[in-house]
Amino acid sequence: MTTENTPVSTDSTPFVGNTRKVSQHVNQNEGLIFEKSSPGKKAYRLAPLDVPEVDAAKLLGAAVRTDLGALPEVSEIEIIRHFTRLSTWNYAIDLGMYPLGSCTMKYNPRVNEAVARLEGLADAHPYQPEVLSQGAMRILLQLQQCLTEITGMDAITLQPAAGAHGEFTGILLARAYHESKGNPRKKIFIPDSAHGTNPATAAICGYQVENLKSNAQGMVDVAQLEKMVCDDTAALMLTNPSTIGVFESEIHKIANILHAKGALLYMDGANMNALVGKTRPGDFGVDVMHLNLHKTFSTPHGGGGPGSGPVVCKKILEPFLPVPVVVENSNGTLHFEYNRSQSVGRVRAFYGNFGMFVRALAYILANGPDGLRQTTEDAVLNANYIRKNLEDVYDLPYTTPTLHEVVFSDRRQARNGVKTGDIAKRLIDYGFHPYTVSFPMIVPGALMIEPTESESKEELDLFIDAMRQIAREAEENPSLILNAPHSTRISRLDEVGAARRPVLRWKPEALEMA
Amino acid sequence: MAYPTRYRYTREHEWIQIDGPIGRQIGTIGITDYAQNSLGDIVFVDAPKVGASVEAGKTFGSVESVKAVSDLFSPVSGTVTAVNEALNSAPETINTAAHESWIIKVQLAKPGEVDALLSAADYEKFISEETAH
Amino acid sequence: MLQAIGLGSIDELFSTIPAEYRLEHDLKIPCAMSEQEILAHFHAAADRNANGYASFLGAGVYRHYRPVVIDAMVQRGEFLTSYTPYQAEITQGTLQAIFEFQTMICELTGMDIANASMYDGSTGAAEAMMMAVRVTGRDHVLVAKTVHPEYREVMATYAQHQGLTKQVVGYGEDGRIDRQKLEAAITEQTACVLIQLPNFFGTIEDVEAIAALAHAKGALLIVSIAEALSLGIVKPPVEADIVSLEAQSFGVAPSFGGPYCGVIACKEKFLRQMPGRLAGATKDKDGRRGFVLTLSTREQHIRREKATSNICTNQALVALMTCIYITIYGKQGLKELAEQNLAKAHYAAHALAVVPGSKLLFTAAPRFNEFVLQSTETPHQMHHRLLGQKIIGGVSLAKWYPELGNATLWCATEMNTREQIDGAARVLAQKEIPMLTHV
Repeated sequence: MTTENTPVSTDSTPFVGNTRKVSQHVNQNEGLIFEKSSPGKKAYRLAPLDVPEVDAAKLLGAAVRTDLGALPEVSEIEIIRHFTRLSTWNYAIDLGMYPLGSCTMKYNPRVNEAVARLEGLADAHPYQPEVLSQGAMRILLQLQQCLTEITGMDAITLQPAAGAHGEFTGILLARAYHESKGNPRKKIFIPDSAHGTNPATAAICGYQVENLKSNAQGMVDVAQLEKMVCDDTAALMLTNPSTIGVFESEIHKIANILHAKGALLYMDGANMNALVGKTRPGDFGVDVMHLNLHKTFSTPHGGGGPGSGPVVCKKILEPFLPVPVVVENSNGTLHFEYNRSQSVGRVRAFYGNFGMFVRALAYILANGPDGLRQTTEDAVLNANYIRKNLEDVYDLPYTTPTLHEVVFSDRRQARNGVKTGDIAKRLIDYGFHPYTVSFPMIVPGALMIEPTESESKEELDLFIDAMRQIAREAEENPSLILNAPHSTRISRLDEVGAARRPVLRWKPEALEMA
Repeated sequence: MAYPTRYRYTREHEWIQIDGPIGRQIGTIGITDYAQNSLGDIVFVDAPKVGASVEAGKTFGSVESVKAVSDLFSPVSGTVTAVNEALNSAPETINTAAHESWIIKVQLAKPGEVDALLSAADYEKFISEETAH
Repeated sequence: MLQAIGLGSIDELFSTIPAEYRLEHDLKIPCAMSEQEILAHFHAAADRNANGYASFLGAGVYRHYRPVVIDAMVQRGEFLTSYTPYQAEITQGTLQAIFEFQTMICELTGMDIANASMYDGSTGAAEAMMMAVRVTGRDHVLVAKTVHPEYREVMATYAQHQGLTKQVVGYGEDGRIDRQKLEAAITEQTACVLIQLPNFFGTIEDVEAIAALAHAKGALLIVSIAEALSLGIVKPPVEADIVSLEAQSFGVAPSFGGPYCGVIACKEKFLRQMPGRLAGATKDKDGRRGFVLTLSTREQHIRREKATSNICTNQALVALMTCIYITIYGKQGLKELAEQNLAKAHYAAHALAVVPGSKLLFTAAPRFNEFVLQSTETPHQMHHRLLGQKIIGGVSLAKWYPELGNATLWCATEMNTREQIDGAARVLAQKEIPMLTHV
């Protein structure tokens, strides 16, 4: 490591970074695609029409459209350059470590992309006859079997399109279960360390949210929980390991407390990548949980989606799963079963984000049981290596042993006016994507770091080096951090202006902004 | 920042000024300088419509910064008689002059409620304790 | 590294997991495969699906040509392996593309604003419905029976615990919503009327007239669009208050049902009730134009249980695909392509309807690229014979609309050649002849 020998930059030479990791380079400017448009340019050629032409105005009458407004007209090379140039303005896992805590930015294997695009899979129409869909249905079944085994659960639906959609589905299952017992109950307990999706989900499912305060170790206060759980409690939504990366070691006690009152334990599987192959939620008392295929199972985040949020559950919840369910016939063929009287209904048209299933299954097959276990171990080892190497310069509010991520606070740096959001921006100058800023809410000024298993020791050392250097800068030259980033093509953006006077689309006449 | 002595205050950081003859008193309500300062740059004010009823101690709207939402609590019960439309296009005036930027005016239903509110001195004492925590 | 942390073994890292819950055996999943084996595995699966069939399937998922430029661009790692653009300085590529996407959706739908995407058309319709409920403060929802049946099922799932009542409004002789029944059903408690354009039968609803009925009682009109390409030739639903679009037609592979790209667009006055992410233009410290995610106080990570929706992850990369697709075809191409679809479907409808025993339904209303055929034989018999000639016929409507008898929903796009259409017509015409044709 080089930290101790590197001088802190001055304002006039703000960029130091680490030359082993980054240097500045030229990138291309590019306007909006609409600004490049000129009439008559085109990037397509249709096949000749082999049936008689029709008169659209005659066929459609008053419903005919004659003008498509300000859609662009550009050539193919302009399109390629436009989107290639835009792409170079993005940071990505493919460029370097992306330590967003809770988001699990692991490497997205390219074989996943290749198999998802195979003809026969990519071209499969959801309504093509089942007899001609057996390959696709076999993929659904095989992924289902792998995911129920990995989580130690009994049944599954792949239909939810993302994590929050999985939460919605899982809580609907819980609700349907309680209703089948005669009373849907009223409340869902959610720890104060939870993702915002948890309370939002509970509200959509018609439940009141009851917040649970974390104890001094950042864990569920079991004694408090025991006092609060009553006949009105539908479920506890628990992230395990929690958002500070701590395994709830009293998890089974928590499950017992809930079960004794007829309530269910919902597990938010956002952090399942810390557990795969080492322990199974089904074995420690969880009744229902969702998985994020785009976190634990390596499907790409794609700038915000698509994801996939399968829900796994215990036998008692199986009757309530969304329709359809894949069922194996006695002759070994598969069919979709729609007729399920206790189902919560559909949560999405068709069968879910199938393209993500293909990718996730490819990942599971590439790893096998040993590979998945090793992946978990490496992720936890990497996170603890970072923790060990930064805990002397950043405040560690919870000293409980952590698994796949570590949460520091900006308490020490804040004394010099440097907040977590500033440190994050400065990290960009060092060639890294920032960690997760200001979450979880139980840690004021949180720096939530999750390296994943994908990072080598060399990349981790460069990251640690950068974080230590920034800690020094916070002492010696805070303004350097407060004005970061210095190396990006644009500087900090006016978010206040964007929210006060929203400009949410380009308009032909306006937007002559810069 | 001086807190006008002609206003009364809530522990949720709203101010109210009472005008008009007894029986037809109007309360003008805004948020305090302390509130705008802790919220940061205000980007949006969500206020009720004229004619809506508000209740003392209950929320009547919210103010938003880029990354936070803060509920507004009514100091008094009554009916909304006016809403400051200027805040739609310029919510930042709350940041620059919190004590001059009113949000709603309310026809008081229970004028006695005002007695329970904090005086300027009490409010300043209250926020100095808040800050100390 | 273990040494650096001061630990002796990997297991010590997991010491917080109680011993009785530690997994002591291997997961019972297949052993690790090489890349070569993985490809072989999925090739085998793909080969068991329909290959080399002519298809006339539509019904919410549309077969359109996907220009190769789309995959060349979205497979760039900078798009593929980037996260939600919360750190604007290093995600301007994604942000500008979202901003362009939002603009294109507005231009196409005639709405003022559009979000950065929803999961798909079905959940988008459900979210639009809940949005209308928030805007109006009313709790009654009217949905046309001509809306995709699976969309209606999803809406029912979402509505059930929101205290909403939902009523389905039937269709008339022309396959469009029965406007008399609709008028009678709208009350002062109606939050919204939700229709589909073109509707599930492929016919084009009279948006203007329906909007007038809804607005007269203070209800909102939501228009759900499943076949986005129709917007190239069909008048956009400018009279609507909210549009929920499924953009799959714009360069997104059918992929056995997903991932697709929902998006909600609406009038500007409903901005604060819009679910999902929004990108907005702004400036940096030096006055240069840049883009940020904005108005996020609507969202779950800030407003938690009071958020407009629980949505977090959306369909960003698929939205990028559609953005590139729209750019490739552009102002002229989308129109020409939509005209081709119109021509193919017109030809196909005619070719199949003249077959003895077949009848085209809902001829009184205009259509885009889908039509309903009624036959004397059951859809099962018809499909059996078509499959023998490697043709996948229209979707059977028996499950959802038993009142239509032996009805099938056909879709013809630019992917269907005249030869395929004529071939399908020939098979249908042969139904009286004993099945000797296939081996």
